[in-house]
Amino acid sequence: MAVDQSKIRNFCIVAHIDHGKSTLADRLIERTGLLTEREMQSQVLDNMDLERERGITIKSQAVRLIYKANDGEEYILNLIDTPGHVDFNYEVSRSLAACDGAILVVDAAQGIEAQTLANVYLALDHDLEVLPVINKIDLPSADPQRVIEEIEDVIGLPAEDAPQISAKTGLNIDSVLEQIITELPAPTGDASAPLQALIFDSLYDPYVGVIVFCRVKEGTMKAGDKVKMMATGAEFELVEVGYFGAGQFIPCDELSAGMVGYMTASIKNVRDTRVGDTITSATNPCKEALPGYKKVNPMVYCGMYPADGAKYPDLRDALEKLQLNDAALQYEPETSVALGFGFRCGFLGLLHLDVIQERLEREYNLDLVTTAPGVVYRVHKTDGEMIELTNPSNLPDPSEIEYMEEPMVDAEIMVTKDYIGAIMDLCQERRGIYVSMEYMEESRALLKYVLPLNEIIYDFFDALKSRSRGYASFDYEMKGYERSELVKLDILINHEMVDALSFIVFKDTAYERGRKMCEKLKQEIPRHLFEIPIQAAVGSKIIARETVKAMRKDVLAKCYGGDISRKKKLLEKQKEGKKRMRQVGNVEIPQEAFMSVLKLDED
Amino acid sequence: MELYVHIPFCVQKCKYCDFLSGNYDVKLRERYTYALISEIESYKERFSEETITSIYIGGGTPTFLEVVFMQRIFDAIFQNFHVAEDAEISMECNPGTGSLEAFKIYRHMGVNRLSIGLQSANEDELELLGRIHTFDKFETTYREARLAGFDNINVDIMTGLPFQTWNKLSNTIKKVTYLKPEHISCYSLIIEEGTPFYNTYKEDVERREKDLETEALPDLDTEYDLYKRAQQLLEEKGYHQYEISNYAKEGKECRHNIGYWKRVPYLGVGLGAASLIDEVRYTNVRDISSYIEKCESDESVRVEEIELSKKDAMSEYMYLGLRMNKGVVRQEFFDVFQITVEAVFGKVIKKNEAQGLLMAAEGRIFLTDKGMDVANQVMSEFLLD
Repeated sequence: MAVDQSKIRNFCIVAHIDHGKSTLADRLIERTGLLTEREMQSQVLDNMDLERERGITIKSQAVRLIYKANDGEEYILNLIDTPGHVDFNYEVSRSLAACDGAILVVDAAQGIEAQTLANVYLALDHDLEVLPVINKIDLPSADPQRVIEEIEDVIGLPAEDAPQISAKTGLNIDSVLEQIITELPAPTGDASAPLQALIFDSLYDPYVGVIVFCRVKEGTMKAGDKVKMMATGAEFELVEVGYFGAGQFIPCDELSAGMVGYMTASIKNVRDTRVGDTITSATNPCKEALPGYKKVNPMVYCGMYPADGAKYPDLRDALEKLQLNDAALQYEPETSVALGFGFRCGFLGLLHLDVIQERLEREYNLDLVTTAPGVVYRVHKTDGEMIELTNPSNLPDPSEIEYMEEPMVDAEIMVTKDYIGAIMDLCQERRGIYVSMEYMEESRALLKYVLPLNEIIYDFFDALKSRSRGYASFDYEMKGYERSELVKLDILINHEMVDALSFIVFKDTAYERGRKMCEKLKQEIPRHLFEIPIQAAVGSKIIARETVKAMRKDVLAKCYGGDISRKKKLLEKQKEGKKRMRQVGNVEIPQEAFMSVLKLDED
Repeated sequence: MELYVHIPFCVQKCKYCDFLSGNYDVKLRERYTYALISEIESYKERFSEETITSIYIGGGTPTFLEVVFMQRIFDAIFQNFHVAEDAEISMECNPGTGSLEAFKIYRHMGVNRLSIGLQSANEDELELLGRIHTFDKFETTYREARLAGFDNINVDIMTGLPFQTWNKLSNTIKKVTYLKPEHISCYSLIIEEGTPFYNTYKEDVERREKDLETEALPDLDTEYDLYKRAQQLLEEKGYHQYEISNYAKEGKECRHNIGYWKRVPYLGVGLGAASLIDEVRYTNVRDISSYIEKCESDESVRVEEIELSKKDAMSEYMYLGLRMNKGVVRQEFFDVFQITVEAVFGKVIKKNEAQGLLMAAEGRIFLTDKGMDVANQVMSEFLLD
């Protein structure tokens, strides 16, 4: 059965976080009758627990809708959901490559936010037609006319006819569906040309192997075809092709040019199907691969160790599986004196790190110890060699270092007038260099700063939110590397250096951070039977010190009415607690302590 | 065999208390009494061969229960069990409950040891704890007990109270020792979850864990000083420490409690009571209505049964035995388990000896003074995997 290309629309929805993207997706699914209301679980596309809990979309999801338009024709709408957070731009870019158009959701009260712009530019980069939609018009503070002007002025898109909807109540959803048909283009491509299909995602299923999500640009693919991955060279025979239901895979006879769907081919090795690669026919290959996605480099690195050393192989397997549909995740084995065998992992940002960590803990049931995240520094050695440093422990001896560079970002902070001062102070404290400020409208300004990435990776976002009472939003782009005075701060516990606690820090803040780190560790490390000095050092110079005093009293007095089992539980808990600690020399360090560097600015 | 009887009634609940107790009304107290009696009766046959060497009536506040009800309970005990002639029979009492007449009746029932919960001699501390009495009321109760003929009295006091200073604690100790009770229990306050104290002081508890300055609770060092100086002052006043929190004049140690540390079998009756019989630990149901309903319909009130393996028993023998200053007698361990204590715990003993926490001498293994201070650290190492 050949599908008429003019009856297909492949589109995604882009929006600033919390502007109602997932709710609109739900409404579209509901309205097209893919699921009955009873089957609808709120936010169908966010199918990871984690996504639903946090209200963010992490992974791209795709779903096929059938819509009978006002012209009496039935259309196939392939909706590809995209993540909204800056850390997941990469995922957005993957999804966009599978689409021909994009719906831009803008909050009728908040208007255009930093992420709105970033997503629109991404969509335009991919030559997508953009259809603006104004959401949340049911809010008392909604001001659609102002938002229409904003869209026209800032983005330059005509917005006078943009559907004004409430995804929450379902108001005007039909006009969105109609405009998808009338405003967004149908796919092009020749169904009889040599096969050319772009892999935009994949996941691993223990029964059928890798399930590859693809957009067919040219040609046709069906079960039994022999196909070839153009980058890896791997060849497979297709077992099944199909499209996406809501949360399920529906097999079909063939996928032809313009269609979005999936294929399986008993692919066992997850590395054979790289996201961004082009699938072509093994017998009648196309001439050129499709342009892949922009390769992304991790910005933030940290060490991840299994709390139970015996779980190391489990962690390795889990990382491998996660990497399959999260190509931005990178990892390589490392060992630490204090933490044993683990991995140095690279992430796009701190939220990405957080999400991966939680997925490892929840979906793979792993208990992890994570070391303080750091950025990639460039170390220029006196012998002319340049190394990219992802693990502070690998910093060469200072005598071999000519100079070091750290990554900088161009940061844009949108903030309401009242908090401009507070936010400027924050940027100042974080070694920010002021670039400009412009008023977007009377009450809001866009502040531009150049900031070192390492100053924003742990808690900048939290600080921003707390100092602006939630009124600031923040986006950044990598700017490149700049020369900087950096030193390695080491922590010595009972006179032994703990490698997993070392970090790179700007020279002038080393003393302050060292002092705070010692204070924090003093709270985290329980008293032992002997006194424990905690020292911060740069090179051989001790710059801060705290002491964990010796334990003097630990008795449980009351043991009532012969209720021994309660006392026993307490002793068992104590013994268990010790097992969970990491032994460095004769000091037992709780696993939480390794993360304590993250919380230095809490107070 | 020892017998423990739980009376879960109080005039009002103290703010730090997480034991099973409450005021309830007189109807419920009566129903509980009869439920308790039927539980006692249910064990008659099973323990017909046993001799009860000590009885402990604990609570709650046993002296808050109507004397007539207590009389019925004692009748049931003596009718269903064989109680040794010289059995130690203790009863807990809180100041402000009981009277000269009541004490005389208790004496007559056979109670020969009274344990009075004073906790503090300072009025501000008593109020803070949510106690119903003043120090004067305690003194009255104490003198009435003496008049009624009690010649073996314990007084409970507490260290580590919020805002406690050595001045306050030493005042309590001095006032108590002046009255010359035979026995003093000196407990450290533990802030238990689920108590009003926990809600009030949980931030302090967390801060103390992190070794930070505290607001109300004594910090770790102050708490240690209070505990240590109390120990010294009590010794000076002629009370020797025979167990982590118990002090007595020579020969007046509480036999019942020593029984717990030596793992003498005991039967616990009443709400939430624990038993150790034939190496099984039982716990009774902790909800008062289900306790009463179960007793009334002749169902078992035991809701938890833990069979102890030989390893469990050996661990318990050590960590309970080490609570006593005399510690564990090597030969006794061998008599019970048919294996030497060194063969099982040699490594742990050596390690703790090297750290100066444990000593092995004169056929005994016992905690040093330093080891007693950090007893939990040592004891947790005696748990066998």
